[in-house]
Amino acid sequence: MNEIIETGQFSEKVFKIVVYAPRIARSRKPGHFIVLRTDENGERIPLTIADADVKKGTITLVVQKAGVSTTKLCNMKPGDKIADLVGPLGKATKIKKIGTVLACGGGVGIAPLLPIVEGFKKAGNRVISVLAGRSKELIILEDQIKKWSDEVIVMTDDGSYGHKGVVTVGAEEVIKREEVNECIVIGPTVMMKFTALLTKKYNIPTQASLNTVMVDGTGMCGACRVSVGGKTRFTCIDGPEFDAHQVDFDELILRLGGYKEEEKRAYNAYLENQNK
Amino acid sequence: MEDRKERRNQEWRKELRLKTKGKDRTSIPRAEMPMMDPLERVHYQDREVNTGLDLNTARQEATRCMDCVNPECVTGCPVNIDIPSFIKNIERGEILKAAGVLRETSALPAVCGRVCPQEKQCEAHCFYLKKLKKPAVAIGYLERFAADYEREHGVAEVPEIKKNGIKVAVVGSGPSSLSFAGSMVKKGYDVTVFEALHEIGGVLKYGIPEFRLPNDIVNSELENLEKLGVKFEKNFLVGRTSSFEDLKEEGFKGFYVASGAGLPRFMHIPGENFNGIMSSNEYLTRVNLMNAAKDEFDTPVFKGKRVVVVGGGNTAMDSVRTSKRLGADRSMIVYRRSMNEMPARLEEVKHAQDEGIEFNTLTNPIEYFADEKGHVSRVRVQKMELGEADVSGRRRPVPIEGSEYDIETDMVVVAVGVSPNPLVPSVLPDLKVSKRGTIEVNEETMQSSVPELFAGGDIVRGGATVILAMGDGRRAANGMDQYLTEKYGK
Repeated sequence: MNEIIETGQFSEKVFKIVVYAPRIARSRKPGHFIVLRTDENGERIPLTIADADVKKGTITLVVQKAGVSTTKLCNMKPGDKIADLVGPLGKATKIKKIGTVLACGGGVGIAPLLPIVEGFKKAGNRVISVLAGRSKELIILEDQIKKWSDEVIVMTDDGSYGHKGVVTVGAEEVIKREEVNECIVIGPTVMMKFTALLTKKYNIPTQASLNTVMVDGTGMCGACRVSVGGKTRFTCIDGPEFDAHQVDFDELILRLGGYKEEEKRAYNAYLENQNK
Repeated sequence: MEDRKERRNQEWRKELRLKTKGKDRTSIPRAEMPMMDPLERVHYQDREVNTGLDLNTARQEATRCMDCVNPECVTGCPVNIDIPSFIKNIERGEILKAAGVLRETSALPAVCGRVCPQEKQCEAHCFYLKKLKKPAVAIGYLERFAADYEREHGVAEVPEIKKNGIKVAVVGSGPSSLSFAGSMVKKGYDVTVFEALHEIGGVLKYGIPEFRLPNDIVNSELENLEKLGVKFEKNFLVGRTSSFEDLKEEGFKGFYVASGAGLPRFMHIPGENFNGIMSSNEYLTRVNLMNAAKDEFDTPVFKGKRVVVVGGGNTAMDSVRTSKRLGADRSMIVYRRSMNEMPARLEEVKHAQDEGIEFNTLTNPIEYFADEKGHVSRVRVQKMELGEADVSGRRRPVPIEGSEYDIETDMVVVAVGVSPNPLVPSVLPDLKVSKRGTIEVNEETMQSSVPELFAGGDIVRGGATVILAMGDGRRAANGMDQYLTEKYGK
């Protein structure tokens, strides 16, 4: 089980991993995530499902090398086996016909946005996607997003591709130009925070898919807790998508940094070991 | 019942009763559990505190048991172990036979011998305590002894089982599920246990630390179940990975849901989401399941120097004692009632005290403060006094105005209880659940409002002990067996 079927690389740090997981491939819906452990000593990390192929029995994960666990995963090759993989977890995206949907994806967050964009398009919505990244190579899956979007706007911080500027610049242009009924945003927490501030100004209902620290991913530990509308919620079972206007992003940013020092130390030790 | 009486009348039992005079039996003092020195044991997360009786001490302790005509101890056991029978086998030196008696009704004797609150169950009914006002026979120590002896010396007997080929699924792999699985496999069913985590054992693995229950002990019990034919499937969340409908299509005729009370409660006081504050579930899972305290494992865990653990139950004791073992200078319990109301086992409280754990009772957190990085640095607490008794029969703690003060801390573990895990109920709209989110069942059969679905353990009780959960598993096995036999025949 959990054999890696195919791998690919989008950019220096962003990788594609296709894993054999037939039950999950069949059960998953847009918005769902999985938790995996690369090996017996690994940690459990949550990753949103970017795509699935029911016939082949595979799911696609898009991973950014950031620490020990993601680096281990990105270094795996076809034929390697992931020790543990469980899912699909979380609540699926509420997809309905609502009119015009603005889908904002930042960096590696574009991957989990893909099935949501597909879902909204198939439900008969007009879908406008805004993809953002620091530079051209960080804009991933553009063609796949295009397939399910009426329009795709690309934004890069350095202007190396598409328009120069951050995601909110592209998003605001759309909002000013036409009526937007709902917004979905997935990406770095800071990016989601500012997108939420923007859409709040225009009163557009907005869902953000949060990425938090997790251990079990099934509601057991509470490491993923987040304040939404002043109430503590668990990202793993109440989310991962929440009303972006209610999320306390500043608290989330602080919580994501909770283990930063430990993670840095572990990563350096890991790299040292690799170079030995 | 008849069984027990017949057994009591076996020749060897009669002879054994006559061999030692009652007076000689009652004059033997209760055995004491040997244990590791507190100063040494606080350095080892994975070394068991209690080291267990030796053969001679065990046989002597077994001699204390009067082999009562109407053994009250059995009524105090949620899985109705034939206690006098196993104890008398120890007395005569037939330890493997004693273990065999335990196995008739308990799937996990080595576990129960360690974590059951015997002082509130079997031992609370003992003739010694009730009639002689003397310490009860150490039933728990003896249970542990027999189970350990069997593991170390013998091969657990695998009984001949006539298979009926009917597939049943078990959701979750904690003590309730294992008890159910053991009973059902012995009745001939084809049992598969599904577990969401990457390890089988539920709370026995992620919750209870190794200094109280070593993983080897749990693993050996799991092997015994595997030998009986129970199949285990990890990384499988029933209702998500596959639906109940999918599993029915795959031939499963009955389901036992014992998915636990997996949802940690918080107090919802200001600052509770600062870093360094976590649920006991998170803390214990990181340390026990993920081995976070060991360098070669990737999962991180805070190693606080001044640790505050909020709560007074066994989980709070497990957490605070773990923090000491991971190098805390001060490990403190903050509990809103007094020592007398603490739900933790006395033995655990005593062990904690011996290890230098500080107890701040009649004290309750009201707010947390953090440093500039958002990491907890102080907890504001309030003194409490005991008022009128509440529904639990315990006196309700009432805040004392103006008694607030701050405790410096760099790590807080919140161990104030758990709520039922909503995952299973959320995928079964026809399932009747209470307002608290527990699954409603017939108390005798453990059958839910969905006929083929039975449930037990914390998902029904909302938070109980290992042995009560195991009792549910046994009852559910009988209930489901009857249901499936009526429906499909034998």
